[in-house]
Amino acid sequence: MSLVAERPTDLRTITDRLPAEALQHHEPVSLVARGVHLAYDQRTVVHGVDLAVPAGAVTVIVGANGCGKSTLLRGLGRILKPTAGSVELGGQDLQRMRPRDVASVLGLLPQQPVAPEGITVADLVGRGRHPHQGAFRRWSAADADAVAVALALTDTHELAGRRVEELSGGQRQRVWVAMMLAQDPSIMLLDEPTTYLDIAHQVDVLDLLAELNEERGTTVVMVLHELNLAARYADHLVVMCEGRVLREGAPGEVLDADCVQEAFGLTARVVPDPVTGSPLVVPVGRRGARVVDVADDEAASM
Amino acid sequence: MSAPTLAPEADRAAREARQAVAGEGLRTTRRRRHRRRLLVTVVLVVLAAALCVTALMLGDFRLSAGEVLRTLAGADQGAARFIVVELRLPRLVLGVLVGVAFGLAGALFQSVLRNPLASPDVIGISQGASTGAVVALLAVGATSGYVVPLSALAGGALVGLLLYAVAWRGGMTGHRFVLAGIGVAYVCTSVIGYLLTRNDVKEAQVALLWMTGSLGQADWALVRTLAVAVAVLVPLVACVARGLSLLMLGDEQAGSLGLRPEVTRACVVALGVALACVATAAAGPVAFVALTAAPVARRLLGDGTLALVQSALVGVVLVVGADVVAQHLLPADLAVPVGVVTGAVGGPYLIWLMASGRARTA
Ligand SMILES: Nc1ncnc2c1ncn2[C@@H]1O[C@H](COP(=O)(O)OP(=O)(O)OP(=O)(O)O)[C@@H](O)[C@H]1O
Ligand SMILES: [Mg+2]
Repeated sequence: MSLVAERPTDLRTITDRLPAEALQHHEPVSLVARGVHLAYDQRTVVHGVDLAVPAGAVTVIVGANGCGKSTLLRGLGRILKPTAGSVELGGQDLQRMRPRDVASVLGLLPQQPVAPEGITVADLVGRGRHPHQGAFRRWSAADADAVAVALALTDTHELAGRRVEELSGGQRQRVWVAMMLAQDPSIMLLDEPTTYLDIAHQVDVLDLLAELNEERGTTVVMVLHELNLAARYADHLVVMCEGRVLREGAPGEVLDADCVQEAFGLTARVVPDPVTGSPLVVPVGRRGARVVDVADDEAASM
Repeated sequence: MSAPTLAPEADRAAREARQAVAGEGLRTTRRRRHRRRLLVTVVLVVLAAALCVTALMLGDFRLSAGEVLRTLAGADQGAARFIVVELRLPRLVLGVLVGVAFGLAGALFQSVLRNPLASPDVIGISQGASTGAVVALLAVGATSGYVVPLSALAGGALVGLLLYAVAWRGGMTGHRFVLAGIGVAYVCTSVIGYLLTRNDVKEAQVALLWMTGSLGQADWALVRTLAVAVAVLVPLVACVARGLSLLMLGDEQAGSLGLRPEVTRACVVALGVALACVATAAAGPVAFVALTAAPVARRLLGDGTLALVQSALVGVVLVVGADVVAQHLLPADLAVPVGVVTGAVGGPYLIWLMASGRARTA
């Protein structure tokens, strides 16, 4: 309450509603992968990816299941050490930096995050504040503010006292996004932040990330499966196939029928989205042709 | 990028209202948690203190609570002073230290392995330490004060390393890891049994000490050694506590919040091994204390935190309480070792754990 009461009411940006400590505009920080190979045990999963994440933009990674999207994100987020090549954050080798320094700039939301048994939403989101707390500096008013803002922005404000394990899949997913917001890194890596969400909340979360990007300069890198949302929200689209970058660039240039065929093995038509003009992928599939050509037969057979 | 907001004013007001709700929810949650925490901690401290005073009162020569407290406060009470300070206090302090050490060790292991069954007394760490101590005593014939504890430490650490190298590295998690540990524990127990029979141990007390755990051997020298070890280890536990609570979020999340998961895990395991080993070296593998302390403490708190302080307190209550029961409530010619009573409490606990399905999530 006090957060908002003392602020001028004529501004309508997110930044205006964020507490003082979190107010600064994020400085654009470069994140560059150079010939990165990533492996689990001996099996190489990502083969020499070169990727310059555009600072201050929204990058979306798409690709078939198991093509190495999450693995690449782990490499970018310092969770997985490259077996060859390197990742540089702000020009420094990620592996040589102190983890806490990385964490204050770079945050990663894994595809399947784990919540400790019995933890409340408030506590969980609060743990996102760790990189902002020194070895001895404990919970502060700024931390509390940041957590309240994060909960409000993700529409989880009414869940603060609830146990995470008691939430629905979609509520839980939004709590995880809230934790990332509380961490407030200038580069956010999110692995499928919209899984489990209904269509309205998917758009909500993506709008929120887009707003953060626009108003605060947060660099967003996320993996999405929904190609149409990916095309709509991405400034920069990265299409992966079998551990390599197949294509990258503006969605309008990258996403065409050939690309979808090659990356997903799916026959599709690509048409302009009636709302935004971004590419809209309409799958044809095996049954698609029948629906158009032999609709009568189909109706008869059912 | 963002879709144009159709009603910015309404939108803004709605968000402000949400933020107010969030702030209020946070404050309420925190306040409720602090209150619960304080209540649980105070109740445990009072309970532990009451048990300690009771332990000092009971015996062949009964003392009143007043006499005990006056003696502890330093008033010279003649015979009472001798009974309390020389006869009963070492045993009590040993029990307290052992309770703290096992309670913490259990909490550390169960958290870092994310399994309520993975406590040092179940997966063989305590039995390894016990074996180390027995080997030093019987096979090597060590007598000096530090050889036995160090040998216990080596035994426990060996089991820890073995489990790490063979089971954990091999990708075993959850129940399979615990079962591998139980196998190791049995091997250790049979080694102890073999050594005890081979060396023709007449004193049942000695055998019971290393098989089930006992406080009967307490004297000030032993207490002092254990106290030093615990005094060194407890602050280290406090240092890793914050990292451990992040580690509960899984390696990826913890790593992205600025932790080195492997390093933190290694430190936590090392501290858990050390605590379990020093306690075992002093009192044997007192059954089930490490297993039950943390889950009980966490149940009492119910807020998903590590509950390290409360686990230590529950450990103290368990050990001191069990020793009071063993010494004074059970009719016996031979003093019943504390481990027999904790085992009798722990068995039903294990059944409850299984029946209530709390172990399933591991
Ligand atoms: N922890 C792991 N250990 C071993 N192999 C793994 C691990 N995680 C992923 N893999 C393997 O690496 C490959 C790429 O996995 P990754 O999770 O990066 O795919 P993805 O593109 O994120 O897929 P999805 O769309 O299903 O999330 C897969 O073949 C998978 O089996
Ligand atoms: Mg994935």
